[in-house]
Amino acid sequence: MTQLPPPSAKKLGLVIDLDTCVGCHACVISCKGWNTENYGAPLSDQDPYGAAPSGTFLNRVHSYEVQPDQGAAQLIHFPKSCLHCEDAPCVTVCPTGASYKRAEDGIVLVNESDCIGCGLCAWACPYGAREMDAKEGVMKKCTLCVDRIYNENLPEEDREPACVRTCPSGARHFGDLGDPDSDVSQLVAERGGFDLMPEQGTKPVNKYLPPRPKDQEPEIDILAPYLEPVAEDGKGFAHWLDKALSSLPGGAQ
Amino acid sequence: MHPAPSVIIFTTFSGLGFGLLFWLGVGALVPTGLSAFIWFAIAYIFAVGGLLASTFHLGHPERAVKAFSQWKTSWLSREGICAVATLIIMALYGAGLVFAGARIGIFGWLGAAGAIATVFTTSMIYAQLKTVPRWKHWTTPALFLVLSLGGGALLGGQVIEALILLLIASSLQFYAWVTGDTRLAQSGTDMASATGLGHIGKVRAFEPPHTGTNYLMREFIHVVGRKHAQQLRIIGLGLAFALPLLFLLLPFNHIFAALAVLSHVAGVLTLRWLFFAEAEHVVGLYYGKR
Repeated sequence: MTQLPPPSAKKLGLVIDLDTCVGCHACVISCKGWNTENYGAPLSDQDPYGAAPSGTFLNRVHSYEVQPDQGAAQLIHFPKSCLHCEDAPCVTVCPTGASYKRAEDGIVLVNESDCIGCGLCAWACPYGAREMDAKEGVMKKCTLCVDRIYNENLPEEDREPACVRTCPSGARHFGDLGDPDSDVSQLVAERGGFDLMPEQGTKPVNKYLPPRPKDQEPEIDILAPYLEPVAEDGKGFAHWLDKALSSLPGGAQ
Repeated sequence: MHPAPSVIIFTTFSGLGFGLLFWLGVGALVPTGLSAFIWFAIAYIFAVGGLLASTFHLGHPERAVKAFSQWKTSWLSREGICAVATLIIMALYGAGLVFAGARIGIFGWLGAAGAIATVFTTSMIYAQLKTVPRWKHWTTPALFLVLSLGGGALLGGQVIEALILLLIASSLQFYAWVTGDTRLAQSGTDMASATGLGHIGKVRAFEPPHTGTNYLMREFIHVVGRKHAQQLRIIGLGLAFALPLLFLLLPFNHIFAALAVLSHVAGVLTLRWLFFAEAEHVVGLYYGKR
Protein backbone atom coordinates (compact mmCIF):
# COMPACT_ATOMS: atom_id res chain seq x y z
CA MET A 1 0.00 0.00 0.00
CA THR A 2 1.28 3.47 -0.77
CA GLN A 3 -0.08 4.91 2.45
CA LEU A 4 2.91 5.60 4.64
CA PRO A 5 3.06 3.43 7.76
CA PRO A 6 3.18 5.21 11.13
CA PRO A 7 6.76 6.25 11.88
CA SER A 8 8.71 3.14 12.79
CA ALA A 9 10.80 2.98 15.98
CA LYS A 10 13.63 1.52 13.96
CA LYS A 11 14.89 3.82 11.21
CA LEU A 12 17.72 2.20 9.30
CA GLY A 13 19.81 4.57 7.27
CA LEU A 14 23.19 5.95 6.38
CA VAL A 15 25.33 8.71 7.80
CA ILE A 16 27.69 10.16 5.22
CA ASP A 17 30.72 12.10 6.36
CA LEU A 18 31.50 14.88 3.89
CA ASP A 19 34.70 15.62 5.80
CA THR A 20 36.12 12.18 5.17
CA CYS A 21 34.82 11.29 1.70
CA VAL A 22 37.68 11.39 -0.79
CA GLY A 23 35.48 11.07 -3.87
CA CYS A 24 36.90 7.74 -5.05
CA HIS A 25 33.50 6.43 -6.27
CA ALA A 26 34.19 2.98 -4.77
CA CYS A 27 30.72 3.06 -3.18
CA VAL A 28 29.19 3.71 -6.62
CA ILE A 29 30.93 0.68 -8.09
CA SER A 30 30.24 -1.68 -5.20
CA CYS A 31 26.59 -0.57 -5.17
CA LYS A 32 26.21 -1.21 -8.87
CA GLY A 33 28.03 -4.53 -8.52
CA TRP A 34 25.91 -5.87 -5.68
CA ASN A 35 22.61 -4.58 -6.95
CA THR A 36 23.05 -5.66 -10.54
CA GLU A 37 23.87 -9.22 -9.49
CA ASN A 38 21.32 -9.76 -6.76
CA TYR A 39 17.81 -8.51 -5.90
CA GLY A 40 15.53 -7.45 -8.74
CA ALA A 41 16.20 -6.33 -12.28
CA PRO A 42 19.87 -5.71 -13.13
CA LEU A 43 21.11 -2.13 -13.43
CA SER A 44 21.50 -1.82 -17.18
CA ASP A 45 23.93 0.30 -19.16
CA GLN A 46 23.25 1.76 -22.57
CA ASP A 47 26.13 2.13 -25.01
CA PRO A 48 28.61 1.28 -22.23
CA TYR A 49 31.71 1.18 -24.46
CA GLY A 50 30.47 3.66 -27.05
CA ALA A 51 30.56 7.40 -27.47
CA ALA A 52 27.63 8.25 -25.20
CA PRO A 53 27.53 5.79 -22.29
CA SER A 54 24.70 6.03 -19.79
CA GLY A 55 23.35 3.70 -17.16
CA THR A 56 21.31 3.15 -14.02
CA PHE A 57 22.98 3.90 -10.70
CA LEU A 58 21.50 3.90 -7.21
CA ASN A 59 24.31 5.97 -5.78
CA ARG A 60 26.17 8.82 -7.44
CA VAL A 61 29.01 10.99 -6.18
CA HIS A 62 28.90 14.68 -7.01
CA SER A 63 31.77 17.09 -6.29
CA TYR A 64 31.14 20.67 -5.23
CA GLU A 65 33.43 23.65 -4.93
CA VAL A 66 32.53 25.84 -1.96
CA GLN A 67 34.05 29.30 -1.89
CA PRO A 68 34.04 30.94 1.56
CA ASP A 69 34.05 34.73 1.85
CA GLN A 70 37.69 34.56 2.82
CA GLY A 71 40.29 31.93 2.24
CA ALA A 72 40.70 29.15 -0.23
CA ALA A 73 37.87 27.29 -1.94
CA GLN A 74 37.08 23.79 -0.66
CA LEU A 75 36.33 20.78 -2.78
CA ILE A 76 33.67 18.56 -1.22
CA HIS A 77 32.77 15.14 -2.55
CA PHE A 78 29.13 14.39 -2.10
CA PRO A 79 27.73 10.85 -2.40
CA LYS A 80 23.97 10.82 -2.89
CA SER A 81 21.54 7.91 -2.74
CA CYS A 82 18.03 7.33 -1.38
CA LEU A 83 17.57 9.01 2.02
CA HIS A 84 14.73 6.64 3.06
CA CYS A 85 12.60 9.63 4.07
CA GLU A 86 10.04 9.34 6.84
CA ASP A 87 7.54 11.36 4.77
CA ALA A 88 8.55 9.81 1.49
CA PRO A 89 6.69 11.67 -1.31
CA CYS A 90 7.77 8.99 -3.80
CA VAL A 91 5.69 6.37 -1.99
CA THR A 92 2.36 8.19 -1.77
CA VAL A 93 2.29 9.19 -5.47
CA CYS A 94 2.68 5.59 -6.70
CA PRO A 95 -0.56 4.52 -8.43
CA THR A 96 0.02 0.77 -8.16
CA GLY A 97 1.33 0.23 -4.65
CA ALA A 98 4.69 -0.89 -6.03
CA SER A 99 6.48 1.72 -3.90
CA TYR A 100 6.30 1.19 -0.19
CA LYS A 101 7.98 2.06 3.07
CA ARG A 102 8.57 -0.85 5.40
CA ALA A 103 6.78 -0.53 8.73
CA GLU A 104 9.44 -2.52 10.60
CA ASP A 105 12.61 -0.60 9.69
CA GLY A 106 11.61 2.31 7.46
CA ILE A 107 13.39 1.12 4.30
CA VAL A 108 11.75 2.45 1.11
CA LEU A 109 11.49 -0.23 -1.56
CA VAL A 110 9.93 -0.90 -4.97
CA ASN A 111 8.12 -4.13 -5.74
CA GLU A 112 9.29 -4.36 -9.32
CA SER A 113 6.63 -6.81 -10.45
CA ASP A 114 3.96 -4.19 -9.62
CA CYS A 115 5.81 -1.20 -11.15
CA ILE A 116 4.29 0.13 -14.37
CA GLY A 117 7.25 2.44 -15.00
CA CYS A 118 5.25 5.67 -15.00
CA GLY A 119 8.12 7.57 -13.43
CA LEU A 120 5.96 9.68 -11.12
CA CYS A 121 7.90 8.60 -8.01
CA ALA A 122 11.10 9.91 -9.57
CA TRP A 123 9.29 13.21 -10.26
CA ALA A 124 8.22 13.40 -6.62
CA CYS A 125 11.71 12.76 -5.22
CA PRO A 126 13.70 15.98 -4.73
CA TYR A 127 17.00 14.12 -4.42
CA GLY A 128 17.17 12.22 -7.70
CA ALA A 129 17.31 8.98 -5.77
CA ARG A 130 15.17 6.99 -8.19
CA GLU A 131 16.15 6.07 -11.70
CA MET A 132 14.07 4.30 -14.31
CA ASP A 133 16.01 1.44 -15.81
CA ALA A 134 16.04 2.01 -19.56
CA LYS A 135 16.09 -1.71 -20.36
CA GLU A 136 13.68 -3.13 -17.77
CA GLY A 137 11.25 -0.18 -17.70
CA VAL A 138 10.95 -0.33 -13.92
CA MET A 139 12.02 2.07 -11.23
CA LYS A 140 15.26 1.26 -9.45
CA LYS A 141 16.38 2.69 -6.14
CA CYS A 142 18.65 2.06 -3.17
CA THR A 143 17.35 -0.85 -1.09
CA LEU A 144 19.78 -0.14 1.74
CA CYS A 145 21.03 -3.59 0.65
CA VAL A 146 18.07 -5.20 2.36
CA ASP A 147 19.36 -8.49 0.90
CA ARG A 148 22.66 -8.11 2.79
CA ILE A 149 21.80 -6.54 6.13
CA TYR A 150 19.49 -9.38 7.24
CA ASN A 151 21.28 -12.11 5.29
CA GLU A 152 22.43 -14.82 7.62
CA ASN A 153 24.30 -16.57 4.82
CA LEU A 154 26.82 -13.75 4.86
CA PRO A 155 29.53 -13.41 7.49
CA GLU A 156 28.47 -10.89 10.10
CA GLU A 157 30.91 -8.18 8.98
CA ASP A 158 29.30 -8.22 5.53
CA ARG A 159 25.77 -7.59 6.86
CA GLU A 160 25.82 -3.92 6.00
CA PRO A 161 25.15 -2.06 2.74
CA ALA A 162 27.74 -2.70 0.01
CA CYS A 163 28.65 1.00 -0.16
CA VAL A 164 29.41 1.11 3.56
CA ARG A 165 31.33 -2.15 3.47
CA THR A 166 33.53 -0.97 0.64
CA CYS A 167 34.23 2.66 1.60
CA PRO A 168 38.02 2.86 2.05
CA SER A 169 37.96 6.14 3.98
CA GLY A 170 35.26 5.27 6.51
CA ALA A 171 33.01 8.05 5.24
CA ARG A 172 29.85 5.95 5.28
CA HIS A 173 28.12 4.64 8.39
CA PHE A 174 25.09 2.38 8.65
CA GLY A 175 22.80 1.98 11.61
CA ASP A 176 19.51 2.68 13.37
CA LEU A 177 18.86 6.40 13.39
CA GLY A 178 15.66 5.86 15.37
CA ASP A 179 17.70 4.76 18.41
CA PRO A 180 19.28 7.83 20.03
CA ASP A 181 21.97 5.65 21.63
CA SER A 182 23.14 4.01 18.42
CA ASP A 183 26.61 4.79 17.07
CA VAL A 184 25.20 6.59 14.07
CA SER A 185 22.82 8.73 16.14
CA GLN A 186 25.65 9.71 18.45
CA LEU A 187 27.83 10.56 15.49
CA VAL A 188 25.07 12.78 14.11
CA ALA A 189 24.62 14.52 17.46
CA GLU A 190 28.34 15.01 17.93
CA ARG A 191 29.13 16.31 14.46
CA GLY A 192 25.97 18.30 13.76
CA GLY A 193 24.56 15.99 11.09
CA PHE A 194 22.03 17.67 8.79
CA ASP A 195 19.20 16.91 6.36
CA LEU A 196 19.30 17.66 2.64
CA MET A 197 16.60 20.11 1.49
CA PRO A 198 14.83 20.20 4.87
CA GLU A 199 12.33 22.69 3.43
CA GLN A 200 10.92 19.95 1.19
CA GLY A 201 9.45 18.38 4.33
CA THR A 202 10.52 14.84 3.47
CA LYS A 203 12.20 14.17 6.86
CA PRO A 204 15.12 12.18 5.49
CA VAL A 205 16.48 9.38 7.69
CA ASN A 206 19.98 9.56 6.14
CA LYS A 207 22.11 12.34 7.55
CA TYR A 208 25.15 14.18 6.26
CA LEU A 209 28.05 15.27 8.44
CA PRO A 210 29.46 18.67 7.48
CA PRO A 211 33.11 19.15 6.59
CA ARG A 212 35.08 20.14 9.68
CA PRO A 213 36.11 23.81 9.71
CA LYS A 214 39.50 24.40 8.16
CA ASP A 215 41.99 25.80 10.64
CA GLN A 216 44.03 28.82 9.61
CA GLU A 217 47.72 28.24 10.20
CA PRO A 218 49.77 31.38 10.72
CA GLU A 219 52.32 31.62 7.97
CA ILE A 220 55.55 30.29 9.45
CA ASP A 221 58.55 29.87 7.21
CA ILE A 222 61.63 28.99 9.17
CA LEU A 223 63.86 29.27 6.14
CA ALA A 224 62.75 32.76 5.21
CA PRO A 225 65.39 34.63 7.25
CA TYR A 226 68.10 32.60 5.53
CA LEU A 227 66.74 33.34 2.14
CA GLU A 228 66.62 37.13 2.34
CA PRO A 229 66.83 37.95 -1.28
CA VAL A 230 68.67 40.09 -3.58
CA ALA A 231 71.67 42.19 -2.80
CA GLU A 232 70.64 45.73 -1.90
CA ASP A 233 73.91 47.08 -3.22
CA GLY A 234 73.50 46.14 -6.82
CA LYS A 235 75.89 47.03 -9.53
CA GLY A 236 75.99 47.50 -13.24
CA PHE A 237 73.21 47.67 -15.81
CA ALA A 238 70.57 45.86 -13.70
CA HIS A 239 71.15 48.30 -10.82
CA TRP A 240 70.86 51.29 -13.11
CA LEU A 241 67.69 49.87 -14.69
CA ASP A 242 66.15 49.22 -11.24
CA LYS A 243 66.86 52.80 -10.18
CA ALA A 244 65.70 54.28 -13.44
CA LEU A 245 62.37 52.39 -13.44
CA SER A 246 61.77 53.14 -9.74
CA SER A 247 62.22 56.85 -10.33
CA LEU A 248 59.64 56.93 -13.08
CA PRO A 249 56.13 58.04 -12.06
CA GLY A 250 54.32 54.96 -10.61
CA GLY A 251 57.54 52.95 -10.43
CA ALA A 252 57.94 50.30 -7.66
CA GLN A 253 60.37 51.31 -4.91
CA MET B 1 11.08 18.70 -17.14
CA HIS B 2 11.36 16.64 -20.29
CA PRO B 3 8.40 17.52 -22.54
CA ALA B 4 7.42 13.95 -23.49
CA PRO B 5 5.14 13.96 -26.57
CA SER B 6 2.96 11.19 -25.12
CA VAL B 7 2.10 13.27 -22.05
CA ILE B 8 1.57 16.48 -24.02
CA ILE B 9 -0.77 14.70 -26.43
CA PHE B 10 -2.53 12.98 -23.55
CA THR B 11 -3.23 16.10 -21.47
CA THR B 12 -4.24 18.18 -24.49
CA PHE B 13 -6.59 15.77 -26.21
CA SER B 14 -8.10 14.05 -23.22
CA GLY B 15 -8.63 17.55 -21.75
CA LEU B 16 -10.57 18.53 -24.88
CA GLY B 17 -12.47 15.24 -24.96
CA PHE B 18 -13.56 15.43 -21.33
CA GLY B 19 -14.40 19.11 -21.85
CA LEU B 20 -16.76 18.16 -24.67
CA LEU B 21 -18.22 15.33 -22.56
CA PHE B 22 -18.95 17.92 -19.85
CA TRP B 23 -21.02 20.08 -22.21
CA LEU B 24 -22.78 17.01 -23.60
CA GLY B 25 -23.46 15.83 -20.07
CA VAL B 26 -24.98 19.06 -18.77
CA GLY B 27 -27.22 19.15 -21.81
CA ALA B 28 -25.80 22.29 -23.43
CA LEU B 29 -26.20 20.37 -26.63
CA VAL B 30 -28.62 17.46 -26.83
CA PRO B 31 -28.05 15.66 -30.11
CA THR B 32 -29.99 12.47 -30.84
CA GLY B 33 -29.59 9.52 -33.18
CA LEU B 34 -26.74 9.64 -35.69
CA SER B 35 -25.75 13.17 -34.79
CA ALA B 36 -25.43 12.09 -31.12
CA PHE B 37 -23.28 9.16 -32.26
CA ILE B 38 -20.94 11.52 -34.12
CA TRP B 39 -20.68 13.95 -31.17
CA PHE B 40 -19.92 11.18 -28.71
CA ALA B 41 -17.48 9.54 -31.15
CA ILE B 42 -15.52 12.80 -31.37
CA ALA B 43 -15.45 13.19 -27.58
CA TYR B 44 -14.42 9.56 -27.06
CA ILE B 45 -11.72 9.65 -29.74
CA PHE B 46 -10.15 12.64 -27.99
CA ALA B 47 -10.59 11.40 -24.43
CA VAL B 48 -9.69 7.75 -25.01
CA GLY B 49 -7.02 8.54 -27.60
CA GLY B 50 -5.36 10.85 -25.09
CA LEU B 51 -5.53 8.25 -22.35
CA LEU B 52 -4.02 5.63 -24.66
CA ALA B 53 -1.21 8.03 -25.61
CA SER B 54 -0.39 8.39 -21.94
CA THR B 55 0.29 4.67 -21.68
CA PHE B 56 3.03 4.94 -24.32
CA HIS B 57 5.48 6.38 -21.84
CA LEU B 58 4.91 3.58 -19.35
CA GLY B 59 7.69 1.04 -18.90
CA HIS B 60 5.09 -1.72 -18.42
CA PRO B 61 1.72 -0.71 -19.91
CA GLU B 62 0.51 -4.31 -19.58
CA ARG B 63 0.34 -3.80 -15.81
CA ALA B 64 -1.68 -0.56 -16.10
CA VAL B 65 -4.72 -2.12 -14.44
CA LYS B 66 -2.81 -2.16 -11.15
CA ALA B 67 -2.86 1.65 -11.25
CA PHE B 68 -6.51 1.72 -10.11
CA SER B 69 -5.64 0.43 -6.67
CA GLN B 70 -4.00 3.30 -4.77
CA TRP B 71 -6.72 5.97 -4.87
CA LYS B 72 -6.24 6.71 -1.18
CA THR B 73 -2.95 8.52 -1.76
CA SER B 74 -2.16 8.72 -5.47
CA TRP B 75 -3.60 11.38 -7.80
CA LEU B 76 -2.54 9.25 -10.77
CA SER B 77 -4.61 6.37 -9.46
CA ARG B 78 -7.58 8.70 -8.78
CA GLU B 79 -7.30 10.05 -12.30
CA GLY B 80 -7.47 6.55 -13.77
CA ILE B 81 -10.57 5.72 -11.74
CA CYS B 82 -12.31 9.03 -12.56
CA ALA B 83 -11.54 8.64 -16.26
CA VAL B 84 -12.88 5.11 -16.55
CA ALA B 85 -15.96 5.86 -14.41
CA THR B 86 -16.76 8.95 -16.48
CA LEU B 87 -16.33 7.11 -19.76
CA ILE B 88 -18.67 4.31 -18.61
CA ILE B 89 -21.35 6.69 -17.31
CA MET B 90 -21.18 8.88 -20.41
CA ALA B 91 -21.39 5.78 -22.63
CA LEU B 92 -24.72 4.93 -20.94
CA TYR B 93 -25.85 8.55 -21.33
CA GLY B 94 -24.75 8.56 -24.98
CA ALA B 95 -26.48 5.24 -25.64
CA GLY B 96 -29.73 6.77 -24.41
CA LEU B 97 -29.38 9.66 -26.84
CA VAL B 98 -28.22 7.58 -29.81
CA PHE B 99 -30.61 4.63 -29.55
CA ALA B 100 -33.65 5.96 -27.67
CA GLY B 101 -33.38 9.66 -28.41
CA ALA B 102 -33.84 10.16 -24.67
CA ARG B 103 -31.69 12.22 -22.34
CA ILE B 104 -31.11 10.36 -19.07
CA GLY B 105 -30.39 13.45 -16.95
CA ILE B 106 -28.87 11.70 -13.97
CA PHE B 107 -26.19 10.03 -16.13
CA GLY B 108 -25.53 13.33 -17.90
CA TRP B 109 -24.96 15.27 -14.69
CA LEU B 110 -22.92 12.47 -13.13
CA GLY B 111 -20.81 12.22 -16.29
CA ALA B 112 -20.27 15.99 -16.39
CA ALA B 113 -19.11 15.95 -12.77
CA GLY B 114 -16.87 12.98 -13.61
CA ALA B 115 -15.34 14.86 -16.56
CA ILE B 116 -14.44 17.76 -14.28
CA ALA B 117 -13.07 15.36 -11.68
CA THR B 118 -10.94 13.63 -14.32
CA VAL B 119 -9.36 16.86 -15.52
CA PHE B 120 -8.88 18.04 -11.93
CA THR B 121 -7.17 14.80 -10.88
CA THR B 122 -4.92 15.00 -13.96
CA SER B 123 -3.86 18.51 -13.00
CA MET B 124 -3.21 17.48 -9.41
CA ILE B 125 -0.63 14.93 -10.58
CA TYR B 126 1.46 17.98 -11.46
CA ALA B 127 0.21 20.48 -8.89
CA GLN B 128 1.00 18.14 -5.98
CA LEU B 129 4.74 18.06 -6.75
CA LYS B 130 6.71 20.11 -4.27
CA THR B 131 9.78 19.23 -6.32
CA VAL B 132 8.53 21.41 -9.20
CA PRO B 133 7.73 24.76 -7.58
CA ARG B 134 6.34 26.21 -10.84
CA TRP B 135 3.57 23.59 -10.84
CA LYS B 136 2.76 23.55 -7.14
CA HIS B 137 0.21 26.35 -7.31
CA TRP B 138 -3.57 26.76 -7.64
CA THR B 139 -3.13 28.07 -11.19
CA THR B 140 -2.19 24.57 -12.40
CA PRO B 141 -5.59 22.91 -11.71
CA ALA B 142 -7.40 26.17 -12.55
CA LEU B 143 -5.77 26.37 -15.98
CA PHE B 144 -6.26 22.70 -16.78
CA LEU B 145 -9.96 22.98 -15.90
CA VAL B 146 -10.65 26.24 -17.73
CA LEU B 147 -8.72 25.09 -20.81
CA SER B 148 -10.59 21.80 -20.85
CA LEU B 149 -14.02 23.38 -20.44
CA GLY B 150 -13.18 26.22 -22.86
CA GLY B 151 -11.81 23.82 -25.47
CA GLY B 152 -14.83 21.54 -24.98
CA ALA B 153 -17.19 24.49 -25.46
CA LEU B 154 -15.34 25.52 -28.61
CA LEU B 155 -15.49 21.95 -29.92
CA GLY B 156 -19.17 21.69 -29.01
CA GLY B 157 -20.07 25.00 -30.65
CA GLN B 158 -21.00 26.75 -27.40
CA VAL B 159 -19.92 30.18 -28.60
CA ILE B 160 -20.68 32.38 -25.57
CA GLU B 161 -19.27 29.86 -23.08
CA ALA B 162 -16.18 29.37 -25.25
CA LEU B 163 -15.64 33.13 -25.51
CA ILE B 164 -15.83 33.65 -21.74
CA LEU B 165 -13.76 30.60 -20.82
CA LEU B 166 -11.01 31.29 -23.37
CA LEU B 167 -10.74 34.87 -22.10
CA ILE B 168 -10.43 33.60 -18.52
CA ALA B 169 -7.92 30.96 -19.62
CA SER B 170 -5.70 33.48 -21.37
CA SER B 171 -5.52 35.73 -18.31
CA LEU B 172 -4.94 32.73 -16.04
CA GLN B 173 -2.16 31.54 -18.33
CA PHE B 174 -0.55 34.96 -18.24
CA TYR B 175 -0.82 35.08 -14.45
CA ALA B 176 0.62 31.57 -14.15
CA TRP B 177 3.65 32.60 -16.20
CA VAL B 178 4.29 35.85 -14.35
CA THR B 179 4.07 34.24 -10.90
CA GLY B 180 5.62 30.94 -11.99
CA ASP B 181 8.83 32.53 -13.27
CA THR B 182 9.97 33.38 -9.74
CA ARG B 183 8.48 30.45 -7.83
CA LEU B 184 11.64 28.30 -7.80
CA ALA B 185 13.64 31.20 -6.39
CA GLN B 186 10.94 31.79 -3.77
CA SER B 187 10.63 28.12 -2.83
CA GLY B 188 13.66 28.30 -0.54
CA THR B 189 15.28 25.33 -2.28
CA ASP B 190 18.64 26.21 -3.79
CA MET B 191 22.10 24.70 -4.06
CA ALA B 192 22.84 25.71 -0.47
CA SER B 193 19.87 23.78 0.94
CA ALA B 194 20.36 20.91 -1.53
CA THR B 195 23.93 20.30 -0.40
CA GLY B 196 23.71 21.72 3.14
CA LEU B 197 27.05 23.41 2.45
CA GLY B 198 25.78 26.98 2.23
CA HIS B 199 27.10 27.85 5.69
CA ILE B 200 30.67 27.50 4.41
CA GLY B 201 30.34 29.65 1.33
CA LYS B 202 29.04 29.80 -2.19
CA VAL B 203 28.37 26.35 -3.64
CA ARG B 204 29.25 25.56 -7.25
CA ALA B 205 28.88 22.23 -9.01
CA PHE B 206 32.47 21.29 -9.71
CA GLU B 207 32.24 17.83 -11.20
CA PRO B 208 29.13 15.81 -12.08
CA PRO B 209 28.95 12.16 -11.02
CA HIS B 210 29.50 10.90 -14.54
CA THR B 211 30.96 12.31 -17.71
CA GLY B 212 27.86 11.33 -19.67
CA THR B 213 24.20 12.01 -19.16
CA ASN B 214 21.74 9.95 -17.14
CA TYR B 215 18.03 9.34 -16.56
CA LEU B 216 17.75 12.20 -14.08
CA MET B 217 19.31 14.73 -16.41
CA ARG B 218 17.24 13.57 -19.39
CA GLU B 219 13.99 13.59 -17.41
CA PHE B 220 14.35 16.66 -15.21
CA ILE B 221 16.78 19.10 -16.79
CA HIS B 222 15.53 20.54 -20.05
CA VAL B 223 17.47 23.72 -20.63
CA VAL B 224 17.66 23.74 -24.41
CA GLY B 225 13.96 24.22 -25.08
CA ARG B 226 13.69 27.23 -22.79
CA LYS B 227 15.73 29.33 -25.17
CA HIS B 228 12.72 30.27 -27.27
CA ALA B 229 10.24 30.31 -24.40
CA GLN B 230 9.22 33.95 -24.86
CA GLN B 231 8.42 33.56 -28.56
CA LEU B 232 6.59 30.29 -27.88
CA ARG B 233 4.52 31.96 -25.17
CA ILE B 234 3.33 34.57 -27.64
CA ILE B 235 2.68 31.94 -30.33
CA GLY B 236 0.81 29.81 -27.77
CA LEU B 237 -1.37 32.70 -26.62
CA GLY B 238 -2.08 33.69 -30.21
CA LEU B 239 -3.03 30.21 -31.38
CA ALA B 240 -4.86 29.02 -28.28
CA PHE B 241 -6.84 32.18 -27.53
CA ALA B 242 -6.49 35.20 -29.83
CA LEU B 243 -7.20 33.47 -33.16
CA PRO B 244 -10.11 31.31 -31.91
CA LEU B 245 -11.65 34.38 -30.24
CA LEU B 246 -11.38 36.25 -33.52
CA PHE B 247 -12.99 33.40 -35.44
CA LEU B 248 -15.78 33.20 -32.84
CA LEU B 249 -16.54 36.91 -33.15
CA LEU B 250 -16.80 36.70 -36.94
CA PRO B 251 -20.21 35.77 -38.36
CA PHE B 252 -20.73 32.02 -37.85
CA ASN B 253 -19.42 29.79 -40.56
CA HIS B 254 -18.36 26.11 -40.37
CA ILE B 255 -14.94 26.81 -41.85
CA PHE B 256 -14.25 29.52 -39.27
CA ALA B 257 -15.41 27.16 -36.51
CA ALA B 258 -13.08 24.40 -37.74
CA LEU B 259 -10.20 26.87 -37.98
CA ALA B 260 -10.91 28.09 -34.45
CA VAL B 261 -10.74 24.52 -33.13
CA LEU B 262 -7.57 23.70 -35.09
CA SER B 263 -5.85 26.86 -33.96
CA HIS B 264 -6.91 26.27 -30.36
CA VAL B 265 -5.59 22.68 -30.38
CA ALA B 266 -2.25 23.79 -31.87
CA GLY B 267 -2.07 26.55 -29.26
CA VAL B 268 -2.83 24.25 -26.33
CA LEU B 269 -0.20 21.79 -27.59
CA THR B 270 2.31 24.67 -27.56
CA LEU B 271 1.24 25.77 -24.08
CA ARG B 272 1.48 22.20 -22.79
CA TRP B 273 4.93 21.82 -24.30
CA LEU B 274 5.97 24.97 -22.44
CA PHE B 275 4.27 23.70 -19.26
CA PHE B 276 6.75 20.85 -19.20
CA ALA B 277 9.81 22.42 -20.85
CA GLU B 278 9.75 25.47 -18.57
CA ALA B 279 9.18 23.55 -15.34
CA GLU B 280 12.29 23.36 -13.18
CA HIS B 281 12.73 20.28 -10.99
CA VAL B 282 14.81 20.87 -7.86
CA VAL B 283 17.01 17.84 -8.60
CA GLY B 284 18.67 19.97 -11.29
CA LEU B 285 20.28 21.95 -8.47
CA TYR B 286 22.51 18.96 -7.66
CA TYR B 287 23.86 19.33 -11.18
CA GLY B 288 24.21 23.10 -10.88
CA LYS B 289 21.39 23.49 -13.38
CA ARG B 290 17.77 24.40 -13.32
